[in-house]
Amino acid sequence: MRYASDVGALARKDLLLELRAKETLPAMLVFVVAALTVFHFAVPHGTRHVAALGLLWVALVFTALLALTRAFVAEREQGLLDALVLAPCDRSAIWLGKTLAVLAFLVAAEVVALPAFAVFFSGVDGRTVLAVALADVGIGTVGTLLGAMAVAGRARELLLPLLFLPLAVPIVVGGVGASAGAGARYLLFLVLYDAVFGLLSWAAFEYVVAEA
Amino acid sequence: MAVVPRMLVQNRVATVGLLATALVGAALALIFFYAPTDPDQGFSQRIFYFHVPIALTAYVCFGWGAWKALRVLWKRDEEADLQSYVAIHQGVIFGALTLLTGSIWAKASWGVWWSWSENQLVLFLVLFLFYCAYFMLRFSVEPGPARANMSAVYALFGVVLIPISFLAIRLSQKFIHPVVFTLHGPQMTGSQFFTFCVSLAAMLALFATLYAVELAGKRADADIRELRALLS
Amino acid sequence: MIRARRLGKRYGERRVFADVDLDLDRGGLLLVTGPNGSGKTTLLRVLAGLAAPSAGELQLPPREAIGYLGHEPLVYRELTPLENLSLFGRLYRIPERGERIGMLLERFGLWEVRHERVATFSRGMQQRLGLCRVLLHDPGLLLLDEPANALDSHGLELLGDVLADRGRAVAVATHDPRSVEPLATERLAFA
Repeated sequence: MRYASDVGALARKDLLLELRAKETLPAMLVFVVAALTVFHFAVPHGTRHVAALGLLWVALVFTALLALTRAFVAEREQGLLDALVLAPCDRSAIWLGKTLAVLAFLVAAEVVALPAFAVFFSGVDGRTVLAVALADVGIGTVGTLLGAMAVAGRARELLLPLLFLPLAVPIVVGGVGASAGAGARYLLFLVLYDAVFGLLSWAAFEYVVAEA
Repeated sequence: MAVVPRMLVQNRVATVGLLATALVGAALALIFFYAPTDPDQGFSQRIFYFHVPIALTAYVCFGWGAWKALRVLWKRDEEADLQSYVAIHQGVIFGALTLLTGSIWAKASWGVWWSWSENQLVLFLVLFLFYCAYFMLRFSVEPGPARANMSAVYALFGVVLIPISFLAIRLSQKFIHPVVFTLHGPQMTGSQFFTFCVSLAAMLALFATLYAVELAGKRADADIRELRALLS
Repeated sequence: MIRARRLGKRYGERRVFADVDLDLDRGGLLLVTGPNGSGKTTLLRVLAGLAAPSAGELQLPPREAIGYLGHEPLVYRELTPLENLSLFGRLYRIPERGERIGMLLERFGLWEVRHERVATFSRGMQQRLGLCRVLLHDPGLLLLDEPANALDSHGLELLGDVLADRGRAVAVATHDPRSVEPLATERLAFA
């Protein structure tokens, strides 16, 4: 299928770029461990597990912001979005390819972050991992779309957190609730978020990158 | 300067403005003199007649903005971009007022300026932040079809965020906000409900007036700049 | 290929150009001249379909028939020429990609460096790769913005060959038209 092949080529391109540049992923890994370290000093001794979980989610959201801010850097600095938009492929393939690459980075960062959290604070169970996985989808889909918007203007790195954080509130609610074991509702809510905003992002990307 | 009256008439400002003045006057009169004093909360309960209509009007603003945004993307209507922007601008103003009146009500009722248990307030805080970012986005991009498209997409995201956030906030806490509207209808007496409705109508009319005025002003600005550019 | 009537473009109130009429077909070469900032680049972007016109009518061929080379060569600096052209080859659904890529890289003198990152190239070599990218899918309409930028004499020769090919419709924007002038069939001057 043409679409899948386009998406594959684009996702591969993004992963290749990161493999060469080696900038974003190392920064994310260092950042997330540093953030967790700061949190250790920021919370009083004997903090409840639930409060500590909240910090995990804060760390994950801000680490994700690192990845998202860097997502369109090559396209922006070299004007390459023009070249991609001109290609006869569906513009949403650009979005999907980029989202898949962002997801890969997020998963890679979490492979380090979750064990680190388990070691620094307290255990991480299956629910948390599932919640993180679902949240990643939401962060990746929405974040990639917003990343393209932020890159089009002047304020860029300043703008993306402002655009992203209000939309991240429901993700954090769902994520913390699910990892705290407050019920399957929270996981279902994350699925709802992913479905609704994923679909919206997929459909809207064309309008964000192409004028005509 | 006969341009000014004609402009006002063309944009229906005068009509709506008069309607708004009448309704606001009526609402104020009703709120302070007609509505019965609440046995639990006393005089400060009257803030409710401001707070909830303002909140509902803010939702209407965002909804109208989203509708116009849809027209920007669907019909490539540039005028709709301006209308969407003005509606959202008004929405942020009414949203800020919602937070303000809500805070005053919280202080009067429970002695605290802010309460995280107030679902509506928290929702409005999230939306307020979201739509503030809307303006950052607009100011960061050069005017043109690109900016119109992006603003429209963002406005649509906002309107989808409203129910999703509401769900999220409900999930995350107990429901302490005085339950005024339930599935069986408003838990208010006849006179309270009447006052509420007039106040709601007044706020909507106020929005319509401010919307028309701001739109007229922005159109005039754009016309003048275009004339200037043509003449230079 | 292109038909434009009373084409205009503005950003907000800033008018970039107005009332442009164009007819360009295969074999034609449109030369757009004017100082920097006069709107040549914007016109080319509109003709590429990257920017929507604000006024007038515009008929363009479909995207797979358009090749656009902007101020930047539009290639990924961290990838090699081979990787760059493979990506675009895939996106443009070119049959027998490998052969065509090889042929173009040889023609533009980049075959030896096909496995090296574009970031290590000189600006002239990057521009030549940009020309490869733009010719990769054999477009019927070629839009070139300052194509002579940074090209050495050999690069300019290659560019000349491209422009002399009468099988396409070509539009060139440049502030120094001397070399292109003799080949032009239509002219548009921006003030």
